[in-house]
Amino acid sequence: MSATAHVPDHGSGPDGTKRDFLQLVALASAAVGAGAIIWPLVDSMNPSKDVLALSEIEVDIAPIPLGSGIIASWRGQPVFIRHRTETEIKEAQAAPLSEMRDPATDAERVKAGHEQWLITSAICTHLGCIPGGIKPTQPRGEFGGWFCPCHGSQYDTAARIRKGPAPRNLPLVPYAFLNDTKIKIG
Amino acid sequence: MVGLHHSDVKNPVLHWIDTRLPVVTMIQKEYGSFPTPKNFNYFWAFGGMAMVTLLLMIATGIFLAMSYTPHITMAFDSVERIMRDVNYGWLLRYAHENGASMFFIVVYVHMFRGLYYGSYKAPRELLWILGITIFLVMMATAFMGYVLPWGQMSFWAATVITNLFSAIPVIGEPIVQWLWGGFSVGNPTLNRFFSLHYLLPFVLFGLVFLHVAALHITGSNNPLGIEPKGPQDTLPFHPYYTVKDSVALCLFFLVFAVLVFFFPDLLGHSDNYIQANPLQTPPHIVPDWYFLPFYAILRAVPNKLGGIALMFASILILYALPWLDTCKVRSATFRPIYRIFFWVLVVTCLVLGVVGEQPPEGIWVPLGQVATAYYFFHFLILLPVLGKLERTLPLPESISQSVLGGGPLPTGAASKPMEKA
Repeated sequence: MSATAHVPDHGSGPDGTKRDFLQLVALASAAVGAGAIIWPLVDSMNPSKDVLALSEIEVDIAPIPLGSGIIASWRGQPVFIRHRTETEIKEAQAAPLSEMRDPATDAERVKAGHEQWLITSAICTHLGCIPGGIKPTQPRGEFGGWFCPCHGSQYDTAARIRKGPAPRNLPLVPYAFLNDTKIKIG
Repeated sequence: MVGLHHSDVKNPVLHWIDTRLPVVTMIQKEYGSFPTPKNFNYFWAFGGMAMVTLLLMIATGIFLAMSYTPHITMAFDSVERIMRDVNYGWLLRYAHENGASMFFIVVYVHMFRGLYYGSYKAPRELLWILGITIFLVMMATAFMGYVLPWGQMSFWAATVITNLFSAIPVIGEPIVQWLWGGFSVGNPTLNRFFSLHYLLPFVLFGLVFLHVAALHITGSNNPLGIEPKGPQDTLPFHPYYTVKDSVALCLFFLVFAVLVFFFPDLLGHSDNYIQANPLQTPPHIVPDWYFLPFYAILRAVPNKLGGIALMFASILILYALPWLDTCKVRSATFRPIYRIFFWVLVVTCLVLGVVGEQPPEGIWVPLGQVATAYYFFHFLILLPVLGKLERTLPLPESISQSVLGGGPLPTGAASKPMEKA
């Protein structure tokens, strides 16, 4: 910028500070203007209103047989809804926290009074596959919960990571019981 | 000329880059110290505005394309979804739609500026030719963009414009089917229009680069139309014209904002908010405003091939302009008779625009024919003859003499930039 010498000349003159100030104000205004133009472009890539409008779903859980479950689709992502047996609940409650990579009690992972229903994200925290085990016919791993076919992560009956490369338990999703047989996810 | 560039840049990182790829030196030379005639008026700001508009169109277009679906059953709904659901989608779409109008406004002023001040004359013929090419590519891009929302006007504009090619004898019909990818405007047509509408702005960008490169060889014309004779006639582009162009850009954005935020549909057609229906033509169909003069020329001749040939000729004739105008004096300031006819041409083009908007009946038909005839008379007969006959006014010695002698500026204030340059 120095070759024209016009701007530096003024900068070193007696009114240099005023010129510097004007330049800063002009550049700052231009930067704000550019930001105001760029933000709508960037924000247009965020989830749109119609996508956000689909962020709540209602699921009828009455037909899910004991010991089995379903995969619901919430915001385009799979969600496990599993109807646990008494044995599975007992196993989950008895599991020692000290052996867990991401310790959490079973009570923290289900709603009180609805212990038979385990509702979590169905996305393995390792690299995003869907672990098998929602149906009793699928391999459920050593801990009777889920077994991820991609890299062998094993989850227990509270969907906590017990073995394999995944770093965390299957994340919980926000949900509420509308009545005993109907839930709202989201 | 192999070897590292000798860079004057002080910053070590920029110096390292500049010795290997002298971009910093180039920007400094072409946009910093570039000697620019010191007598520009604000009409010289429209080229810069056009470049900014192109960049805005590309930016908004890229983000619109992320939410648009080029399929005949989904295109219309996807545009509505952009307007209602996508964050700031309404702003992007209105800015893109009205940006096209702003682009044409700015480019038309830019072109008439060139006509008035004789900017197309030697040695700037190629600069002008590149400009006309930019104009043609712009029109093609705008037309294809207009088809994408798949409204009634989109569909029928596409039908009418592509059918123009059916006037070509013998091969016309196969060409039109090739353009359509079928036997009518349909999904293949929409797909290829989307593809080309995305491609052509980058072609435009390349053409603009060549346009500016050619400009920086010949240097800019100026309101007096005489060449700068030395440093006393010029100013460095920065800060003098970067600042002047910035002032013009602020006004440009003001007008643009009023259009986008208060009258977003002023220049559009309400029929385009009805989804395309291939079985029903709207009662009154017209192109977007910027095509109206050419549309009027198309309809001036009651013969299919003749009208189409005349319409294309009205643009192509501009390529020959540097050789049709035989007068050596550039600026209309010193051409008292040309100056009158220049304004007659401006009025003629406006009349053609109004005629293009009206249904082709009654007084509008002969009016369009007279205006069309005058348009061609101006370029084909008036300009070659006037150049030989007109007595031009005496040209000033130099830009500097004209600025200092004619203006009310005190000597000290006016000579200050001269010392610096």
